[in-house]
Amino acid sequence: MTVAGVMRQYQVVGRKAATDDHPNPEAYRMVIFAPNPVIAKSKFWYYLHQFRKMKKTTGEILDCVEITEKNCRTVKNYGIWLRYSSRSGTHNMYREFRDVKLTGAVSQLYDEMAGRHRCRPRSIQIIRTATVGAKDLKRTNGMQFAKAGVKFPLPHRVSSAKRGQRALSDSTYTTVRPTTFFG
Amino acid sequence: MPFTRYAEVGRIVLVNYGPESGKIATIVDIVDQNKCLIDGPESGVARQVIPFSRIALTDLTVKIQRNARAKTLKAAWAEAETTTKWEATSWAKKLSMKKKRATLTDFDRFKVMVAKKQKSAIIAKKMEELSA
Repeated sequence: MTVAGVMRQYQVVGRKAATDDHPNPEAYRMVIFAPNPVIAKSKFWYYLHQFRKMKKTTGEILDCVEITEKNCRTVKNYGIWLRYSSRSGTHNMYREFRDVKLTGAVSQLYDEMAGRHRCRPRSIQIIRTATVGAKDLKRTNGMQFAKAGVKFPLPHRVSSAKRGQRALSDSTYTTVRPTTFFG
Repeated sequence: MPFTRYAEVGRIVLVNYGPESGKIATIVDIVDQNKCLIDGPESGVARQVIPFSRIALTDLTVKIQRNARAKTLKAAWAEAETTTKWEATSWAKKLSMKKKRATLTDFDRFKVMVAKKQKSAIIAKKMEELSA
């Protein structure tokens, strides 16, 4: 259902429609990750009718506003708790990502779940996200880049000639093999 | 041959691809295996996440902390005289030479030809003197 792509974060607020005997029903607020507000509102009803007795036809969305990242100039570690259904059952998972924005980390999550577990975006439910400090990281991959003084060389640099970049060499024919060692 | 150029906080890099290609910037933080956060307030490179495939590591570094602010970066660059040091490297000189050659007019190319002829005439005369 949720088409993956670059994810955005929306705050969706909705409630049951007001009636004569309940003129002021309780409003519920959810933070939804979706590529656009249309899908965000749809996801809101998907979750809300699982949690409470209301649905799109009997309710109304009061507000759907995009939440932008407060500081996208520093790299943060994000921990994401999710629930996904595989071919054999549904499981909980905790994954960590390093990114500059929370929505970037969530986009990474969807891509990684698709790559490693063949899991489509419709099967993923994000339970909770949090910014994690470097010492509280649990997964080794992020830990090694969050460490102070991290450094590594770039070995075996292969330049790709895809996407209209300049060709691998200036001339069509050459007598020397290209070099992949750049210090 | 051991590696001498490392991707690390403070490494000066040359952007190879994209709207800011040809400019130098500093690695301010490393995101992961493939991406880093660069910033170049002195050279006009906006702070951004860029993959390693779009940059080339240079031999220069500056002493900064991870996630340094633009102001601190500028001060560190000025202290290390990065721009002058970069411009003095043969790498930078070759790049600027290529750029200059690409903008030559026909008259400029004529002037280059005349200068080359004069140079080779001087060399030929000297060679004749030495071999005589």
